[in-house]
Amino acid sequence: MRKKSIYLLAGAGGLLLIYNLYRIFLVLPDEAMQGAIYRIIFFHVPSAFTAMSAYFAGLVLAMLYLSSGDLKYDSLAASVNEVGWAFSIVNVTTGMIWARIIWGIWWAWDFRLTSVLVGIIVYGGYLMLRKAIDEPTQRARLSAALSIFGSIDMVIVWKSIEWFRTQHPGPVLSIRTGGGNIDPAMEHMIYWNWLAIGLIAMAIVLIRTGQEAMSREIDSLRRLANAYESPISEAVTHE
Amino acid sequence: MRTIRQSFLLAGKDLALELRTKESLNAAAAFSVVILLLFSFVIDPGTEEAKEFGSGMLWLVFAFAGALVFNRGFSRELPNECLDTLLASPLSAASLVLGKAIANLAMLIVVEIISLVVFGLFFDIRWWLRPAELAGVSFLATWGISVIGSVFGALTVNLRLRELMLPVLIYPLLLPLLMGAIETSIKILANQPFTDYEWLWMRVLVVFDVIFTSLALALADTILVN
Amino acid sequence: MAAAIELNRVWKFYGDYPALNDLTLAIEERQCCALLGRNGAGKTTLLRVLAGLSPYQKGVVSLFGEKPRGPNARQRTGFLGHGIGVYEDLGALENLKFFARTLDVDKPSAAASKWLDRVGLTRVAQMPVRQFSRGMRQRLALARTFLHTPDLLLLDEPFTSLDDRAIAMLSDLLIEARLRGATIVLSTHQLREALAIASHVALVENGKLRFTGQRTQEMLEDPALLYRLYTKLGAD
Repeated sequence: MRKKSIYLLAGAGGLLLIYNLYRIFLVLPDEAMQGAIYRIIFFHVPSAFTAMSAYFAGLVLAMLYLSSGDLKYDSLAASVNEVGWAFSIVNVTTGMIWARIIWGIWWAWDFRLTSVLVGIIVYGGYLMLRKAIDEPTQRARLSAALSIFGSIDMVIVWKSIEWFRTQHPGPVLSIRTGGGNIDPAMEHMIYWNWLAIGLIAMAIVLIRTGQEAMSREIDSLRRLANAYESPISEAVTHE
Repeated sequence: MRTIRQSFLLAGKDLALELRTKESLNAAAAFSVVILLLFSFVIDPGTEEAKEFGSGMLWLVFAFAGALVFNRGFSRELPNECLDTLLASPLSAASLVLGKAIANLAMLIVVEIISLVVFGLFFDIRWWLRPAELAGVSFLATWGISVIGSVFGALTVNLRLRELMLPVLIYPLLLPLLMGAIETSIKILANQPFTDYEWLWMRVLVVFDVIFTSLALALADTILVN
Repeated sequence: MAAAIELNRVWKFYGDYPALNDLTLAIEERQCCALLGRNGAGKTTLLRVLAGLSPYQKGVVSLFGEKPRGPNARQRTGFLGHGIGVYEDLGALENLKFFARTLDVDKPSAAASKWLDRVGLTRVAQMPVRQFSRGMRQRLALARTFLHTPDLLLLDEPFTSLDDRAIAMLSDLLIEARLRGATIVLSTHQLREALAIASHVALVENGKLRFTGQRTQEMLEDPALLYRLYTKLGAD
């Protein structure tokens, strides 16, 4: 069942991505001001959306885990946060390439860039914390707590850096502006590519969740083996 | 009410232990003075520049000195399994986190006072001219740092890489708080009144404190009872 | 008689591994129950759940009708784990006073002095625990555990870490506690000593309860009997 959904999601996402690549590079024209480089937005923005949705799902899953104690939510939370983290890096990397061409610099301390960077550090800490704890239930509880702190902090970081400094291009998508800032064909392309990237991200999440469940099973088998290790004679010889 | 009374009992015990051993305070104060000394080679004392950068420098020193204090916070309970004894007593987990935060606050304020005196001497800056604002900003920001330090001290207390994990986890979370403290302290050091911009940051400090204190208390059981 | 401790189908997991596996057990007031089992059988886990130190995932645990983390349950319980649970840099009296306050004891100072006297440490009341000998620390830990005259005592391997004088003292304290009606749960490897004190036994293997019932004369004569009869591997 899980295998089938992984193939289905990855297959659909992959095919859509190929079609999107064809549209992006061969059908859509260059942008009037920026030329060819603007095409990076079709990866930059969807990966940002994917990362944000993943972090948000991570927060919800952390709360679900804490209220239910069901480790399947923890596996899912770990997977979505990891995938979110990876797409944040795609987001920052594509952004930096674009900035180098258009702004002439690799990095600017704009509020969006800074927030994403802070997010990468916070969720990098989350991934490190998970590596540092061996016992699965303790790991689940502590990383859920960190995830709640981290995601709420991200909201405050976002708002406060917004007051502090802004250099990033303002909102262009019509959901934020009411339309008119971007050619509808380009805007639709962003959404289509978000769908492709989102499907692939979901496939990766499912693969990671399966791995998490398997590593938990290995851990429990190891504990079971250890439980049978100490012989009964040890318990009786102390007298 | 009960939680608050219990947390003061715990904070009192921690401060009594600290007065006896001075392990955290000595380390944190020495560290702060050394960093301020090193900064005096980077920034020319007595210049306008010193006033502008002084604020950021001070808060970074406080935050770093804080990590030294916080690392000791819950690990002080590890020898002889004192943490288990406290958790098995009628004290609530929330009162443990709150008590450590209060002790952290007290120790960090001592470090801040020492640092400010040294800072005033080294950089020739009169930082005491706006006492009300200074006290307000220091209290709000230091409380936020202390709460985060306390709750993450609890979260990392049983980890192998405790000393490394704590700073990695707390500094990115403290970012909005430190920005607020730095932005407002610039005006305090320059002896200028707060404008709307500074009041906006004061609100960030309050919001941060309220949200993270509530989260810390709500998640205390999850973090400590493992 | 009312049950001091009730566990009803309790599961506790480390990941997918059940450290407590559908465990149902009732310990009535005034009983002294010895928890037996090999290393890793779940004795310590069970005691930690009862002491409110460890969460469990399924089932119901109640101490005097309250959840293990409930303040009333905690107030009536004395817990002695593997560590002595006192601060090295505080004096003996300071330690006891502090813990008396955390335990809501009526007159903390008076109780602390009384217990210090009881364990024979009045002479070194002001001395920091750091300078104590092993035996003195253990006696201080006993005073700390019994400080608030708990109705329920949870003792994890109490005899393994104690020296002779402390064991004698603990035995006295346990007999006294039983006389005033306290309930005692202790886990142990030292079968003879534990069986001598216990009124009941509970045998745990792989997180499951294999046997529970009154301690009989036969068990005293042949401590390995229970293991042979009730564990899967027998007494190898």
